[in-house]
Order: sequence, then structure tokens, then C-alpha cells
Amino acid sequence: MLTPSEPIVAMPTAGRILVLFAHPSPVRSEANAPMAAAARRLDGVTFVDLYAEYPALEIDVDREQQRLRGHDVICFQHPLYWYSTPAILKEWQDLVLEHGFAYGAGGTALRGKVFFSAITASGAEAAYCAAGYHNFSIRELLRPLEQTARLCGMTYLPPFALFGAGTAVDEGRIHAHVADWVRLLTALRDGRLDMARAASLPRLNHDLDGLLGAVGAALEG
Amino acid sequence: MGGMLFQAFVYLCAAVIAVPVAKRLGLGSVLGYLVAGIVIGPVFHVVGSETEQLQQFAEFGVVMMLFVVGLEVKPQLLWQMRARLLGLGGLQVLATAGAIAAIGMLLLEHWQTALAAGLVLSLSSTAIVLQTLSEKGLIRTDGGQASFAVLLLQDIAVIPMLALIPLLAVPHMAGVAQHAAAAAGAGAVQAAVGGHGADMSLVAGLSSWAYALVVLGAMAAVVLGGHFLSRPLFRFIASSHLRESFTATALLLVVGIALLMTLVDLSPALGTFLAGVVLADSEFRHELESDIEPFKGLLLGLFFITVGAGIDFGVLRDQLSTVLALTLGVMAIKGALLFVLGRLFRLRAADHWLFALSLAQVGELGFVLLAFSTHNAVIAPEQAKLLSLVIALSMLLTPVLFIGYECLVLPRLRGDAEQPADAIDEQGTVIIAGGARFGQVVNRLLMAAGVRTVVLDHDAAIVELMRRIGIGSYFGDASRPDLLRAAGIEQAQAFVVAIDDRDRAVTLVEYLRREFPRLRILARAFDVDHLYLLRTAGADVALREVFDASLELGAATLRALGRHPFDVEKLKRAFRKHDMETLEELYELWDRDLELSKNRALLERVRARTAAELELTARDRTLLHDRSERGWTPPPRGYTDAMESGESDDGPTAP
Ligand SMILES: Cc1cc2nc3c(=O)[nH]c(=O)nc-3n(C[C@H](O)[C@H](O)[C@H](O)COP(=O)(O)O)c2cc1C
Repeated sequence: MLTPSEPIVAMPTAGRILVLFAHPSPVRSEANAPMAAAARRLDGVTFVDLYAEYPALEIDVDREQQRLRGHDVICFQHPLYWYSTPAILKEWQDLVLEHGFAYGAGGTALRGKVFFSAITASGAEAAYCAAGYHNFSIRELLRPLEQTARLCGMTYLPPFALFGAGTAVDEGRIHAHVADWVRLLTALRDGRLDMARAASLPRLNHDLDGLLGAVGAALEG
Repeated sequence: MGGMLFQAFVYLCAAVIAVPVAKRLGLGSVLGYLVAGIVIGPVFHVVGSETEQLQQFAEFGVVMMLFVVGLEVKPQLLWQMRARLLGLGGLQVLATAGAIAAIGMLLLEHWQTALAAGLVLSLSSTAIVLQTLSEKGLIRTDGGQASFAVLLLQDIAVIPMLALIPLLAVPHMAGVAQHAAAAAGAGAVQAAVGGHGADMSLVAGLSSWAYALVVLGAMAAVVLGGHFLSRPLFRFIASSHLRESFTATALLLVVGIALLMTLVDLSPALGTFLAGVVLADSEFRHELESDIEPFKGLLLGLFFITVGAGIDFGVLRDQLSTVLALTLGVMAIKGALLFVLGRLFRLRAADHWLFALSLAQVGELGFVLLAFSTHNAVIAPEQAKLLSLVIALSMLLTPVLFIGYECLVLPRLRGDAEQPADAIDEQGTVIIAGGARFGQVVNRLLMAAGVRTVVLDHDAAIVELMRRIGIGSYFGDASRPDLLRAAGIEQAQAFVVAIDDRDRAVTLVEYLRREFPRLRILARAFDVDHLYLLRTAGADVALREVFDASLELGAATLRALGRHPFDVEKLKRAFRKHDMETLEELYELWDRDLELSKNRALLERVRARTAAELELTARDRTLLHDRSERGWTPPPRGYTDAMESGESDDGPTAP
């Protein structure tokens, strides 16, 4: 019934990033909107506004699979809704990650790619731990995504997360966060991120200087 | 008859040649007309004495222009403008008249003459300025609006000036003046614009309080009549569906009001402006505007030609230096005062310059006051001749000032700090042609989203119904370019074609695409053939009017049969996609010159598809079924067993 995807050929342009952005109310967004605007402007980043492209949640499976094939790094950018993604990203997973494409017999299209989430959450970071209000760390809560990525043969990186998102603008934290976001995407694009170290962190922006620093220092020195 | 035809031929010829050339050279139509007038008048003497009578007739163009201007000015807008109208306008008239009178007193024998000259020269040219501003698209800028406020106040200020001037009579001039004025036909000019001096007057000899009552009564008649009587009348005329009877009614309205104003010694221009303001809220506004527009344009053109033709080269040659010095002096004083006032009222850089440069000339109302002053023995005939030349020359120089503004001022300012944009289009509007059931839903959706819309319909009954339920709409045939312009097509971002005439819809789309390449055009199609026609004509989006409703009804039927609603939804999505693809495919084969029923290739394809659908119903159903079932397909049976026991080597395994 479904044609299995072709086996992995040579990777397309190294480091091409696909940002799948999901925000059902972007006009009111304070945290995600400036991040999205910055990502949209970056060279080497394909930015897809899922709610804009599929306002009726009618996802074009073929088009989305084609997009996945053409990129090396896949990123979900979204606000944290009920400890998970907004609905369209769940729909996207349910439809696009088909047997024979993403997993199962002949399902090798995603193998070797990198996956991570860029999320914003209104809760404080301190509350996201075993003793805290939310009981689990953010990395723990996103386990379904982590396992999905693994099942599809992708390298999973911890989330790039902004906590206290509701007050980030008022407290003047948003500019630094967007700047970090751009640094992260640029480093991923240019292959300058220390992947092994990144994979072990609780979140990507936990020690961004350190992550980029080693390679960065090498480049500068 | 022959003579008249010859004159008409000469005037039209001059206009037809000079105006396009002037516009091509970037000089604006006003300068074109003025130059044309100079060429046929003082240079080649093709026309002569009739110019003055023609001018009286042509000044009716100014009256019409103020009517059209009034249509653009809603009463609320007038109220918003009150500070500028009274403050800026009032100060301009007082300061300019005062300054010029003061200088005049040093040069002239009688202070009365100086004061009258001050009044005459304080006015600016509504005709030239408004025409040029709107031609250059500057009327909506802040500077344009300020100029408009001043011009409006000047038009109003003429009324008290006409009352004042007779009181200034210089005794020993009286005898000469009557004679000279009659000879020059000076009284004629004021009939059209000034009102005073008309042959008929209902108010001659009334005491001042009675006169005040009559004036108030006339004003009230215009306002109340415009508000309550005009609509039923227009509706009645519109129901006859005769274009020319509507035009005739519009003309009748303007002429009637002008007549009424003349009878009570008021300015006809002011009266028609008032009527325009009253009708600015009416659904017939755009129709009226486009009906009057051509008359206004022609008459104004004629007016400018007569100004050019009336320049007395003899006097000019004899007193060249005096005329030049006076003209430049007057313009410098006016410009300087305007500049100071602009600063006082906080106009921003570009607007400030526009305001000062555009109003520095003396206007057509100046001729009127001048003739009136001569008639009343306030200004001597020789002085009047000289001042006439000054007025004409200053009008002639105005287009040059506008060019200076564009070439010298604007480029320099553009480099300056960023200016906040003018409030020209706070938000792009959408024009909806056709306000019946289809256009109405479109309009309601857009309005609910806070989008400004203009609805046009050629059926007065529909327009009335919509207005009754609170939807702003206008009467008029949307396929007429002039009406579209009046409805603001130049500012519109999108155009919805929902008219119920197949062919006219296609022609309209073609026209819109040709004239406004950047406009988004969205059209309602009746059927596939119409859809293709609209697409070829240049519509960005064309939708078949019944497709969605039919699809929904089909879906409702399936649900009524007990199918699961989400299955129905999926089937509907798949069906729509399939249908769209078919549409695309057939478009390749479609030929606009070939009737659908004669297009063999297309019919063949349709037949093939239908045959496939009918004969192989089962197969086709599977096709559609597969499509609607693609999503949410679980992995094959047994897949998980293999994975979880770690035997799979096909798919990637979790590390
Ligand atoms: C439906 C919904 C569910 C949410 N669930 C969570 C949640 O589980 N945890 C949390 O920290 N914030 C939650 N939030 C808050 C959003 O994460 C927060 O408003 C968002 O990150 C702000 O980003 P924005 O300015 O781009 O919209 C939720 C918000 C909504 C609307």
C-alpha cells in the first residue's frame, strides 16, 4: 500500500535545518514570535509555520516527507502545552512518520538526522524537578518525543528551553534568549556543536557557551 | 452655430494637445490648460472677447468641484477639522490681508484701496490647488489637508468680504468705477462664485435680521433636503436603470443649489459644498461623484484656459517690471506667512513646505472680489487691471512651485530623519462588487474581522436593504472605471468580484488586472467554464459558487446515513483534493474560444473520467478510499512483536 522510502543516498547540503513552528495564536505570542522571526531570516534554515500552512490541520504527508528528506536537523519550535506539543505537531507526527518511511520495513528516511525541540514554558525552571510543582524535569516530560526520534534512528538532543516565558519580555530576558537561539542554529548549521556533550545536558541552553566554546575557541585560536 | 463650433473646436484642440504634453513633461494638467489658454489667446489671437463670458460659465466648474470635495468630507471630518479651519484658515486670511494692506497703505493713496487689495490678494486658488493636489495624490497628506482647510475657510470668508467692500468706497472714484466696471463686464464674473451682483435676488431690500433668517432658511433647506428628500428621489431615479437620467439628476441637484444660493446672495460654491457634505454619508455618494466628475473636469479646464487667454499682454509689456515685482512680492509675503503659520500649527517638514508653497498664489475668487471692488469704487480700473495680471501670473507660477516642491524640497527631505508615514491608508480596504447574497456573506466575514470594506451594487433595493441592517454599501455599476475610482480602488488591496452577470464579471476582472497589476482579485465563478474564464482574465482566486455548499450537503447526507463523521470528513477532504486536480488537468485542455460542448479533447477527457467513475465504481471508490485512509495507518500486524523482541534488523532499533 505504501511505497517504502528510498534508502539513504548522500546527505543533502550538510547542516540544513528544518524548523517546524507550531503556534495556534502567533499574533498574541511574545516568546515564540521573536524566535520565529529570527529563524525565518537565517540562511540555511527552512522555516515552516505549520498552522499557517495547514490552517484546517489537513497535513500534506507527501510534502512533509519530502521536506524531511531534504534536511539534516529537524527542530520542533513551540510553546509547551500540557507538557507536550500543540495539537498540530501531534497530528503531524501521526500522519507524517509513516511505517515504511520513518520506521519499520524500509523506513529509513530519517536515520542519522538530528532532532531537538525549542520550547517555551510559563513555569519556572526550578518547578520542573522531582521536588517541584511539576514533578518532572523538562527532559523527562518530553520523553515521548525523545523515544520517537530514537525509533526513527535520529540523534536526540535535549530541548532548547525558555522558562518563565510569560514574563520574559517584561523582565527583558527575551533578547538574550533569541540571540542564543540564533547562535545555536548557526552552530548547528555550520557543524560547530559538540553533539556528544549536548546530548547529555538537561537542556541545550544550559551551558551554550561551553557547548560552542570548545569548537569556537579552536576556530578563533 | 458655426462660430460656436469653431470656438469649441479651438478650445478643445488646445486642451487635447496641451494637457497630455504637460502631463507627460510632469507639469500637471493645470499648467497645460494655462499655457493652452495663452497660446490661443494673447499669442495667436484665435479667441478673443468671448473669454470673459466663457469664464463666467467655466467658473461653474469650481462650484462642481466643491460639491465633489464635499462628498469626500463627512460631517464628522469637518468637525475634526474645526481647529485648523478656524485657526489656521482664519489666521491666514487675517494676517495676509493685514500685511498686504499695511504695505499697500505706504504705496497707495487711499487706505480703503489698500485694505481691499489685501482682501483680494489674501485668497488662494481652490481650483488650481485642489486639482493639483489630488492629481499628485497629495490631498490626503497632512499638508494637503491643511491646505484644504485654509481654502475652505477662504471660500467662506468671501461672504463677509463681499459685505465689507461696499463700505470702503472711495468717494471721488465712484463715477468712474460704474462706467469702467460695466465696460469690462466685471460684474459677470461674480455671479457664479460670489453670488452678489446676480440679476435675480430674493433678498434685495430686506432688513439685516430678515436677511439672516433667509440665509439660515436656505442653509437648512440644503441640509434637510439633502438628508431627507435626496434619497427617495435618487432611489426612484435609480430604479429606472437609465444612466443618463441619474446624471441629469445629479446635475440638477448642483445647479438647483447654486441657483438657490444665488437667489439669497450666498456663494453657490459654499452651498454645493454643504450639499456634498450632507450627501457624503449617502449610498449614492460614489455614483454622484462619478457623474459630476467629467463635467467638473471639463469646466475647470475651460476655466484655466480662460485665465491663460485673459492675460493682457499689452499691460504686461508696458509694466513688466511692476507686474513681476508685485507678483513675486505678493507670493513671497503669502508664502512666508503660510510658513510661519505652518510652524505654529506644527506641520512636519514635507507637509510644511507643501502647505506654504501650494497656497502662495492668488485665486479665482480674487478676480471676483476685484471686479466687485471696482464696481463699488474701492479700486480704480487701472489698478484692477494691474492686479488682475498679478493674480493670473501668480496662478501661472503655482504649477512651477509644485514642481519645485517635488524636485527640490522632497529629495532633500527624504534624506532626513525618517518621518512617520502619513495616515493615507491605515489599512487597505477591500472593494466588493455585488452585494447580493454572495457578496453579503463575504462582506460580513470581512467586517467581522475588522477589515474596511466598500460594497457596490447596481440594485438600489439591495443597497437599501443592506444599509437598513447596518452594512455600508453604495449604489452604482461596479464595472464602471470612474465609479471604481470614486470608491477608492487606488487604495484598495483586494477586490472581490461577486456580481451576478457572468460576462461582466470576466470583463471586470480583465480590466482590474490590466489597470491594477498589484491588486488581489478574488472572484465568484458560476461553473467550471466561468472559472477558467476568470482565471484567464487574471483572477488570483476563483471559486465555484455552489461547490462548497454541495460538498457540505453531500457530507451531511453521508452522516445521515450513519457514517462516522470523521470518516465523512476525511472522504470530503480527499474528494476535494481529487476534484481540484481534475480542474487543473482540464484547464490544460480548455480553450476559451471553444464552447465547452465543442471542445473535443476536453470532453473526451471528461468522458473518460466519468466512464471510469461509473463503470469502475468499485475501483474508483478504492482510489478515493485509499486517499482518505492514508493517514493514521497502524504498522503492519506483527511489526511490534519483532521490534520489541529485538529481532528486527530492517528498521532502526532503539539504542
Ligand atoms: C493550552 C495551554 C497549555 C499550557 N500548558 C503549559 C504547561 O503544561 N506548562 C507550562 O509551563 N506552561 C503551559 N502553558 C503556558 C505556555 O507554555 C506559555 O503561554 C507559552 O510558552 C508562552 O509563549 P508565547 O508567548 O510564544 O505564546 C500552556 C498554555 C496553554 C495556552
